[in-house]
Amino acid sequence: MIEVRNVYKEFSGHQVLNDICAEFEPGKTNLTIGQSGSGKTVLLKCIAGLHAVSSGDILYDNRSFAAMNDKQRKAIRKEMGMVFQGGALFDSNTVEENVMFPLEMFTKMSYEERRDRANFCLKRVNILNANDKYPAEISGGMQKRVAIARAIALNPKYLYCDEPNSGLDPVTSIVIDNLIKEITIEYNITTIVNTHDMNSVMEIGDKIIFIYKGHKKWEGTSAEIFDTGVKELDDFVFASSRMKQLRDLNR
Amino acid sequence: MLKLLFHIGRYFVLMKRVFSRPERWRVFLRQTIREIDSIGVSSIVIVLIISVFMGAVCAIQMAYNLQNPIIPRYLIGLGTRETMLLEFSSTIVALILAGKVGSNIASELGTMRVTEQVDALEMMGVNSASYLILPKITAFVLFIPVLTVFSMAIGIVGGYLASFGTKGLTPHDYVVGITSFFQPFYVTYSLVKSLIFAFIIASVSSYHGYYTNGGALDVGRSSTHAVVYSSIVVLLFNVILTKLML
Repeated sequence: MIEVRNVYKEFSGHQVLNDICAEFEPGKTNLTIGQSGSGKTVLLKCIAGLHAVSSGDILYDNRSFAAMNDKQRKAIRKEMGMVFQGGALFDSNTVEENVMFPLEMFTKMSYEERRDRANFCLKRVNILNANDKYPAEISGGMQKRVAIARAIALNPKYLYCDEPNSGLDPVTSIVIDNLIKEITIEYNITTIVNTHDMNSVMEIGDKIIFIYKGHKKWEGTSAEIFDTGVKELDDFVFASSRMKQLRDLNR
Repeated sequence: MLKLLFHIGRYFVLMKRVFSRPERWRVFLRQTIREIDSIGVSSIVIVLIISVFMGAVCAIQMAYNLQNPIIPRYLIGLGTRETMLLEFSSTIVALILAGKVGSNIASELGTMRVTEQVDALEMMGVNSASYLILPKITAFVLFIPVLTVFSMAIGIVGGYLASFGTKGLTPHDYVVGITSFFQPFYVTYSLVKSLIFAFIIASVSSYHGYYTNGGALDVGRSSTHAVVYSSIVVLLFNVILTKLML
């Protein structure tokens, strides 16, 4: 479980996150939603330890990140996997080398063992016969799947996905969503997904947190999201007239 | 002034992170060999082309300026040799490599930064500064003596080639000149300078690339800054080292 306790974050005097409190449970797909610039990515990067929080704390299974020394922080990072918005695959490495990279850096596995594990992860995300290709030679959807394979290579306890569907067509988006959901349940991972894709919200959102201008405005499930009474959330969810018509029809 | 101090401070903080023990020596070695190929070996052709032409031009200009019966002709070869050893093969080659290697390093690291590849490394718990920059610095510092000595030799050969058909200079006079009054310390001086210049180019360019912020335009800007600032620092250290060593 990941607990976010009263997290504040500011950049050069500009307050980006204000008193964020949240709990993310294992085996569930936790979604953070909000408009672009609302602070979702900053929150995710704070949780991932890529940004230091201005105040507050983040606890990973009751282990406080603020209380950890550098060695402990480095160790806990090995329990995390992250899928970045653009995939962030290493351009100069092949697909297989990308997945083998964390294994080579942090395990004492032999080359054959690393290759077997990489192939297992690639098979798990349905990437076949692309081991020797470079990231530039595969599609955006494949890049995202390779990024997921790399993120799960070390059997992480925590998985973070920053807008995994951005730039993908609706069909591929659903494939990626389902993959994240399956992996979360299969390995009992605490997964946090940043998204503003309402398809993802409805398909995989076990728990949803709505961020608005750096504040947590709402928390609930995908079943509750259509009738929250929170104006900012309604404006976000029912931004198009079609969605408003759909809501009125449902009512 | 404050901005300059900020950059100098951040540069030294980055260097502290760079010069930490690599996570895996095997990976570091592999990366260094890869960088020797991409930074060093790929620079041989440009060094060859520039050195041969510069050596030739140097000899022709010396011949043109030393057309006086009381000045011995062999001084043209001697002057060409000393110019190549003392200044051209270390400083001028370093400035040219600041353009080629510096922009290459800065754009590579800058692209990795804006496409979140650096964040991906940090996320995994890898010291990205050491993993990405140390092999580049090591490779360039290890390979620069090869480029410098190669440039010296090719530059002198360029002067020799120019001696055919240049008024006031014969190949024989040129050979006498380049074999006279040789001071081995000049080679040492040039190699010491080139080692320091290689470190400056690789580290300053890495600094600009590593701290790229924004998008594609900023990667280009970082590349330009890398070339400009590494060239300025090279020229500054050229004066300091010359004062100290000669």
